[in-house]
Amino acid sequence: MRNGTFSRLALALAFSAATASAAFANDELQALQKDANQWVMPLGNYSGTRYSELAQINKDNVKDLRVAWSFSTGVLRGHEGGPLVIGNMMYVHSPFPNKVFALDLSRNGAIAWSYEPKQDNKTIAVMCCDTVNRGVAYADGKIFLHQADTTLVALDAKTGAVVWSVKNGDPTKGETGTAAPFVVGDKVLIGNSGGEFGVRGHMTAYDLKTGKLIWRAYSSGPDADTLIDPVKTTSMGKPVGKDSGMAGWKGDQWKLGGGTTWGWTSYDPKTNLIYYGSGNPGAWNPVQRPGDNRWSMSIFARDANTGKAKWIYQMTPHDEWDYDGVNEMILVDKPIKGKTRNLLVHFDRNGFAYTLDRVTGELISGEKFDPAVNWASSIDIKTGLPQRVAKYSTEGNGEDVVTEGVCPAALGSKDQQPAAYSPKTGLLYIPGNHVCMNYEPTKVAYVAGSPYVGANLTMFPPKGETNLGRFAAFDAESNKVVWEAKEPFSVWSGALATAGDIVFYGTMEGYLKAVDAKTGKELYKFKTPSGIIGNINTYTYNGKQYVAVLSGVGGWAAIGMAAGLSGDQEGLGAVGAYRSLSQYTNLGGALTVFELP
Amino acid sequence: MKPFLKLTASAATALIFLSGANPSFARAPQAAATADAAAQSAPTASWPEFSGYKRYHGNCSVCHGFDGLGGTFAPNLTKSLKTLDHDAFMEVLVNGRQNGNLAMPAFGADPNVMCFAEDIYTYLKARSDDKLGRGRPSPQPKKPADVAAAENACLGL
Repeated sequence: MRNGTFSRLALALAFSAATASAAFANDELQALQKDANQWVMPLGNYSGTRYSELAQINKDNVKDLRVAWSFSTGVLRGHEGGPLVIGNMMYVHSPFPNKVFALDLSRNGAIAWSYEPKQDNKTIAVMCCDTVNRGVAYADGKIFLHQADTTLVALDAKTGAVVWSVKNGDPTKGETGTAAPFVVGDKVLIGNSGGEFGVRGHMTAYDLKTGKLIWRAYSSGPDADTLIDPVKTTSMGKPVGKDSGMAGWKGDQWKLGGGTTWGWTSYDPKTNLIYYGSGNPGAWNPVQRPGDNRWSMSIFARDANTGKAKWIYQMTPHDEWDYDGVNEMILVDKPIKGKTRNLLVHFDRNGFAYTLDRVTGELISGEKFDPAVNWASSIDIKTGLPQRVAKYSTEGNGEDVVTEGVCPAALGSKDQQPAAYSPKTGLLYIPGNHVCMNYEPTKVAYVAGSPYVGANLTMFPPKGETNLGRFAAFDAESNKVVWEAKEPFSVWSGALATAGDIVFYGTMEGYLKAVDAKTGKELYKFKTPSGIIGNINTYTYNGKQYVAVLSGVGGWAAIGMAAGLSGDQEGLGAVGAYRSLSQYTNLGGALTVFELP
Repeated sequence: MKPFLKLTASAATALIFLSGANPSFARAPQAAATADAAAQSAPTASWPEFSGYKRYHGNCSVCHGFDGLGGTFAPNLTKSLKTLDHDAFMEVLVNGRQNGNLAMPAFGADPNVMCFAEDIYTYLKARSDDKLGRGRPSPQPKKPADVAAAENACLGL
């Protein structure tokens, strides 16, 4: 019998009891997220480190890795996110129609139950960037699914029966669901999607037991909507003032303010603060929306119980390039100038790595993590403002003018694909894009439920280079890239670091790769059935370590790369053809589980 | 906010050509644009083709890929337009289309698309016929003077 199986089963059973209290549920998840044998939330733990203490698979034996078993989701299109493992059960999700499968590990992955919601197909048409879903959440004996049509549903983890269901938004206005739910205490938190449809972003907390709405915090608008306190909420150490979510907008444009919250959330139990980011403001044409556009493109620290904002930091005020701020917030405790600090590290779409004091919101550093970044020269630590380079200002160049060679492209130096942090090496591992763009703002009219973009983009690799992706190890103390592996396509897969001194990631051609955590040297690769844009996880069953990943190419990353970027303007010629992803892989959702012989 | 229009192919076409009947859908005058473009020194594209390039990449390329070449979740339009004729194209553009887990939105009520529907068709047809290559047509044809005002009127800006 495997080490700890009995206690894990007992634990799972105990917590599925209807009498479990809210505090109990909180304790349960806090304990489970520390258990390396399970993978209970998409980012592995509350700190969002995607690190596992498991070391059976290590840098010496990973070369012997082989496929243990695999499973088809039966769904085409982009498979983001990854499976959860709780007790003897693995929970696998799919893009629209958002199927959930409970696979019984004690029966070789047999299907214990499956769930497929009924959703209006019209929802597909208002999903900007493929019908992705970034995963389910677990707590209190339930699996939480955030459907494309914004329905949040709680399923009995044992049977798949619907416990409760609630609608978070209105897809006929372009509001959709792609983000994974996040459970803290007695609440399930979900963010919304639809930043390309003039949707107003918000984070909403529902009661874990009943689905009752507890609080909702908008990214823009009056204080009553944003749950921002004019005095107590700070930004760059200063009170934000009254109705700050309306201040940076012309007229009532905040109502179409964007700032959707479709990325990842982290949580610090010590302070009871949650951390997440907001996306692009309104239309992509900056000329049409003067002002700072608060609080789009921002990091929020909010009290998990009340939703009240403690601090906010806006990374890209008045965005001109679609640099959403939704990427994961990695909570680490590291020495800064000899003193250990409670930090939040965030690799933003805009190409800067931000390190903040996660308790106070103090900005400690903001440095480029990809040397190609050119839209700003640096971040002013005193003001928190990016020092913009005039020739890359799409606002400055104006409507119907092509601003050329902006790096990164709208895809960002890194998008939602979560990074990993190894406390063993002290390094952060970044799955990255290496793409630049031409950007031409055009006038756009708002029509509810229709794309509200107003920009015309082309993308290509940085001048003189041919790789569109990179996987990089970053030292947050020195703000230096320690090593990087070039990849032909964007690395759109969430990384996994382990105590076995290895880091895993997936590529868009379909390779699962394991590299040496210290040097980046490739130790193992295997080509899965389709391109990987999912996140790698690891767990044990019967005392043996496994690594699991969802394949299924698609998502925003595959746009353009499917047929190949033209690259004409960079004179790459033949290289453009090589850049066609369709020559390497094809659609199809599949889970692949790896083991040592 | 306008309700989604449910139109047949012929009605859609009628709407497109009915400039003036509904000011918000009056399209940019295409004939004048073509004449102006032709007067320039060797433009690679007519104004409607160039305008279509811009509007396609502003509204359609997110799913249909750069240069009309398709993505992982929407077809390659340079192929589609070899068989899909003008009226059928407009019908799908206006009413949308459902095909299992693939869905094309109905753009009939979206002036950002409908004001430029003919331009988008013209551009894609030129791509499909190998008349236009990949990337941004260069040099850029001159925007006819009357087009800007017509665009703003159509967009309601």
